[in-house]
Amino acid sequence: MWGVYLEQLLQSLPFFLQGLWMTIAVSGLSLMAGTAVGFLWGILRSSRRRVAKALIGAWVDVIRGTPFLVQIFVLFFILPEFGVHLEAFPAAVLALSNLAACFICEIVSAGIESVPHGQREAAVASGLNGYQQLRHVILPQALRVMLPPLVGQYVLLIKDSSVVSAIGVVDVTRVGWLTVQRIPQGILVFGLVGLLYFAICYPLIQLSNALEKRLGRSARR
Amino acid sequence: MLETFNIRVILEYLPLYGSCLLATLWLSGAGLAGSLGVGCVACALRTSRFRMLSLPAAAYIESIRSTPLLAQLYFLYFGLPSLGVPVSETTVGILALTLNSGAYMAEIIRGGIQSIAPGQIEAAISSGLSYLQRMRAVVLPQAIGITLPPMLGQAIVLVKDSALLSLISLMELTRAGQILTSERFMPAEGFLTSAVFYLMIYSALKTLTVWSRKRLIYLHTG
Repeated sequence: MWGVYLEQLLQSLPFFLQGLWMTIAVSGLSLMAGTAVGFLWGILRSSRRRVAKALIGAWVDVIRGTPFLVQIFVLFFILPEFGVHLEAFPAAVLALSNLAACFICEIVSAGIESVPHGQREAAVASGLNGYQQLRHVILPQALRVMLPPLVGQYVLLIKDSSVVSAIGVVDVTRVGWLTVQRIPQGILVFGLVGLLYFAICYPLIQLSNALEKRLGRSARR
Repeated sequence: MLETFNIRVILEYLPLYGSCLLATLWLSGAGLAGSLGVGCVACALRTSRFRMLSLPAAAYIESIRSTPLLAQLYFLYFGLPSLGVPVSETTVGILALTLNSGAYMAEIIRGGIQSIAPGQIEAAISSGLSYLQRMRAVVLPQAIGITLPPMLGQAIVLVKDSALLSLISLMELTRAGQILTSERFMPAEGFLTSAVFYLMIYSALKTLTVWSRKRLIYLHTG
């Protein structure tokens, strides 16, 4: 009995790989955009610009305090009321990029704050301007602290991307949901879905652990 | 849109939101309690010297951490009935939250125990404290202080994760938004009201986290 289902499941493997590609596309685009915006927000947040700091802080709190599912529903169902019609894919990328930016912003500002104050003073005393201070003194040191949690955060965001299946983006989770209507073996179908996520996330988790060990050691030295 | 934002409809649906708020609190509270239990057991097995025990625990923790909650939820929701196990949506929902958070709790507890310097325990032994006295006076106060902030962080994640249970048609805050959207075609009112309720839970838990961080510093210095 399971053999028949297994065969059917193997036949729909191309469908699953398409879904995997969609998961990679949504999370890849969002991670890139989210990293860029998150760094910008994080740098602004650890600067002395009071208004920008307060605005970013409040926005990060709102996003961190609400479920991603609600955020995506708000974006997908409410924007049309303003006359902005987004397809499911751009809506998903936009929502996930924003989520990524908010979490990465916190990691970046914590990383910048971890750099001893004397370093910035020394950079100022050396006559470096604001950009040069960041580029040559602060960020290289902050990056050591930031990298392991950043990779860990990427894993969380790739997993969060499964939620975009709720607005009809055909990612791996959605493919599983569609397939289970046809092949009523939840264990098999979602076992395969889990396996595909595992193949992406597990190596990244190991990478994050390895980075933590290596960079943590060199930071203490 | 704002001129059409209908406060009256929200007031009309407020009793629904109230009961759904309670449902969210109950579902995530049950998940939290369950995950503390699962987390303690998984951590104990994971740190065991016997590979027979530590390997399955490690496999459980790693496979949960490497897959999304939604996939786990569907795995149980579609999987248990196909195995011939009849379970209600509520059971599946709480089970998924418990198993998911349990893996993260196990890691938090492990981190807390490992962060206690071995010298502390040696000092306690040489002071002549018994095992129970050691746990009570030396290990637990420090471990709880260290693990409390990340556990509260996990509780925040758990409350937000419980929103996914609306996808298996459980009644909770996000579902209330969906109901308002489908009955009155008012997604703005529906989902923004849900969001406000989540923010209320979030700010309460965040205040608690800040407080526990302060207590933690106090524990270390005093």
